Amino acid sequence: MRDVAIIAFAQLPSVRRDVTREEVELVQPVVAAALAQAHLRREDVGFTVSGSCDYLLGRPFSFVMALDAVAPWPPIHESHVEMDGAWALWEAWVRLQAGDIDTALIYAYGKSSLGDLPEVLVQQLDPYVVAPLGADAVGLAALQARALIDAGRVTERGLAELAAARRRQAADNPCAQRRAPRSADELLAEPYQVAPLRAHACPPISDGACAVVLAAGDTARRLVSSPAWIRGIDHRIEPHQLGMRDLTASPSTRLAAERAGALGGRFDLAELHAPFAHQEVILRDALGLDDGVAINPSGGALSANPMMVAGLARLGEAATRLMTGQGRRAVAHATSGPCLQHNLVCVLERDV
Amino acid sequence: MSAPPDERPPVTVLQAPVRLDYTVTAGHHLSTYLRALADRKIVGGRCPECHKVYLPARGACPTCGVPADAPVEVADQGTVTTFCVIRIPFDAAPFPPPYVAVAILLDGADMPIFHLVRGIEPDAARMGMRVRAVWVPDDQLGPTLASIRWFEATGEPDAPFEAIASHL
Repeated sequence: MRDVAIIAFAQLPSVRRDVTREEVELVQPVVAAALAQAHLRREDVGFTVSGSCDYLLGRPFSFVMALDAVAPWPPIHESHVEMDGAWALWEAWVRLQAGDIDTALIYAYGKSSLGDLPEVLVQQLDPYVVAPLGADAVGLAALQARALIDAGRVTERGLAELAAARRRQAADNPCAQRRAPRSADELLAEPYQVAPLRAHACPPISDGACAVVLAAGDTARRLVSSPAWIRGIDHRIEPHQLGMRDLTASPSTRLAAERAGALGGRFDLAELHAPFAHQEVILRDALGLDDGVAINPSGGALSANPMMVAGLARLGEAATRLMTGQGRRAVAHATSGPCLQHNLVCVLERDV
Repeated sequence: MSAPPDERPPVTVLQAPVRLDYTVTAGHHLSTYLRALADRKIVGGRCPECHKVYLPARGACPTCGVPADAPVEVADQGTVTTFCVIRIPFDAAPFPPPYVAVAILLDGADMPIFHLVRGIEPDAARMGMRVRAVWVPDDQLGPTLASIRWFEATGEPDAPFEAIASHL
């Protein structure tokens, strides 16, 4: 395997509704900032790949609208995944293994504010026997939370305490959306959104974008002083049929973690893509993280959840902390689909 | 043991109506262009690196990757760079065929816009033809390309091919 590192990460502050930025206007600033951090010119990028979803913007080939931001003329090597940008990063990592190029640019953007997000997410369900029920993303997450509470693994107060902790961490993250501190008691006084989930246990609806630069071996060492090396990365998926899954566990996270070398290791911090508070409990268990690991120091997806961006942002947030000396080893995770259906795990490490 | 064959016809129809509503905004750069049309102006954006003028202004110049948005007002007349004659009727057609759709390089711009030319015989449409905008009356102006009803021939001599050669 070729050594590949995250060497730059830039993001826009997440907001509930961004009325001034279209695709290219979301992407251009983060791409420019990430390339500047990496000391790279656009023409030096070997491969460009993005993650986004046309259903969010309600128009086909919306990712083509964003391409101007990466100056695609003269033509560049470019790809796109209709997924969270974390999977675009996976594609770039695989591409870099071929050995003929040394750098890759990954970006992701999402405008969830244009449509009714829970209804839009219904479209990712089985179209024959699940989508017609109209069970939206919050409803399905509530099913999962209920199962976890019934299994005795978490309480509603526990979810409120977890959400309060993420808000405290998000206060230090200028790109987070939910930054006002709230006590667990205050949060518990909220009405249910879909029982047992109150608003604090659900993610905010966010517009945003982020970009990451990957570089291989000596190129990474030459461009930045402390690359965040990808020591392992893997992703696994569970069945589309919700009834076939144990919603209180995440065997796909577990398997991806095993393949990425994330089990049993010592981590300083973890960035877990848990849009719903109870999912963080499931992920922590699947990854076997103990209390010594700082979980979601950025505030996580409970504090800002731009769709298609929040997973890649977990990798970027974790890498940034390593690159700035706030830890030596981190695990980053991204998820996709209802109830943690598809999970990616990445182990990041900084040289001593 | 497998199930016995089912002799009934296959299930071919499943009713699953989907309706999604979106509230779309035009974004900063396109809004600048559309608002100018409401003022009877055509405003593009200049790239600070390659100095090309785009219509509308762009969040990024596709060659340079930086916002191409230094505001530049261009003329409401220009040169036809290419055209086609629509002869087949369809539901969204603005006029009964035949009519002429054109790409027009407005004077001062580096990127053609697309519009219609009226008042000429279809066979008279040609590259290099000089045309000017026919605007709607002031009380019908709005932030839409429909503020320009169509273009008409100015009667000037055709522009030489060299004038449009790098914009085709």
